[in-house]
Amino acid sequence: MTEEIIIAGFGGQGVLSMGKILAYSGLMQGQEVSWMPSYGPEMRGGTSNVTVIISDERISSPILTKYDTAIILNQQSLDKFECMVKPGGTLLYDPNGITRHPERKDITIYKVAATQKATELGAVKVFNMMVLGSYLKIKPIVKMENVIKGLKKSIPARNHHLIPMNEQAIEIGMKEVEKV
Amino acid sequence: MEKELRLMKGNEAVAEAAIRSGADAYFGYPITPQSEVIEYLMAQEPHKRTGMVVLQAESEVAAINMIYGAAACGKMAMTSSSSPGISLKQEGISYIAGAELPCLIMNCVRGGPGLGTIQPAQSDYFQSTKGGGHGDYRLVVLAPASVQEMYDFVEIGFDLSFKYRNPVMILADGIIGQMMEKVEIGPQKERRTMEQLIKQCPWATVGKPATRERNIITSLDLVASRQEAFNLKLVKKYEEIKEKEVRFELINCDDAEYIIVAYGSSARLSMKAMDLLRAKGIKTGIVRPITLFPFPSKVLFDLADRVKGFLTVEMSTGQMVEDVRLAVQFKKPVEHYGRVGGVIPSPEEIVNALEQKIIGG
Repeated sequence: MTEEIIIAGFGGQGVLSMGKILAYSGLMQGQEVSWMPSYGPEMRGGTSNVTVIISDERISSPILTKYDTAIILNQQSLDKFECMVKPGGTLLYDPNGITRHPERKDITIYKVAATQKATELGAVKVFNMMVLGSYLKIKPIVKMENVIKGLKKSIPARNHHLIPMNEQAIEIGMKEVEKV
Repeated sequence: MEKELRLMKGNEAVAEAAIRSGADAYFGYPITPQSEVIEYLMAQEPHKRTGMVVLQAESEVAAINMIYGAAACGKMAMTSSSSPGISLKQEGISYIAGAELPCLIMNCVRGGPGLGTIQPAQSDYFQSTKGGGHGDYRLVVLAPASVQEMYDFVEIGFDLSFKYRNPVMILADGIIGQMMEKVEIGPQKERRTMEQLIKQCPWATVGKPATRERNIITSLDLVASRQEAFNLKLVKKYEEIKEKEVRFELINCDDAEYIIVAYGSSARLSMKAMDLLRAKGIKTGIVRPITLFPFPSKVLFDLADRVKGFLTVEMSTGQMVEDVRLAVQFKKPVEHYGRVGGVIPSPEEIVNALEQKIIGG
């Protein structure tokens, strides 16, 4: 099994930390993982993306031009990465702020209104965990117990009391995701 | 004991490995894309863990001269920077090589020349492998292709630097420094005691006892004949390093008709390209130099008898390709493919380059 994922959105949405938690979850169940951010003169509000690969085998290139799954959180990222999903692949997006929706017919498209739901619940800080939950519902490549282990490794010990809140957000994301 | 596995950036792995290998000191100055090294070290407070000193110097020049001082005392000292900062350090590196002192330098390469860009590149190959500063000297150059190797090469690098009394460079790039991968963390080695240091480094300036002559650390000798003898001594050392310390990895070379030669992150990109080429029925293998000095010339010379051609893939306009051509000695075609200025070649571009430049060429 090799799953090649791009997660892309605005800086500050938790794109990089979501990728890190996913990668750590893969590591906790004994898989090979890589996490490669786009780094540059970027800032809050700018675009941000990370390539995460989880595999049973040695990972070759940490940087890719074709992905099994694209997780898209803003319009710029949708415009850039929709065409880079492999035929038969998966695209998950949050329709918040999207004016041109995905159009491809040869991939499976899902959406989750995570921004809206997180705002309703007053839980914008765990927005990214909702999106992660949606992804894990579509592709349960890592077990929930390993996601929790991954969370514990990714979050500083002083914030471990927030883990149940993150877990709830993952569950909400699992419920809210729908096929387009 | 269960292995300790962590998800770490390459830069963090280098920093943790420095503490774990019992280093005495790190002196550095921040620069993208390797500022995580000093950030991690500052956050870890290694003076509390092992007594290791970590200092942000006032400049790269100051940092490398602090390394010179620490190394003269036999201490295990390390610095790191990225391309423009490494250029600033060259005077100090030349002096350290000239004084035959051990130290470890990590270069997390970014695009140049000048300030260039902060994105990844491999354009410092010549600078790293052919000297860098003035004078006739070489560094041992290790090229990690994974975060695990970033970790492992710190201890290997320190060992080589003390074995040969020569500076060692870990030549990484922005990709290896910035990405996170699984790292198996080794045990904490204790820092050497003063007695152990004196035993390992009888040349070190540790205070003169009545029982021996003064130890003098210098790179200056105004008597030409003595300086020449010293230069020839260095040559002998480099020849020994060439004979004993070559490291490389062969991937799918047994049945290969075409060979990609690539180091560091280019080797990772090339592994993906190799999979794509093999899926098309083009038998491709990879020679991944792990030491860039000493360069794995012999394996390339030997492979040239049974393969059809070589493509070097580097994020430069063509530097290592010169060493590959020297190794292959015109037995088979050697071509170069690279993207530069912080642009990263895609595996598909590498496939096209091999098809057009080598198979079609």
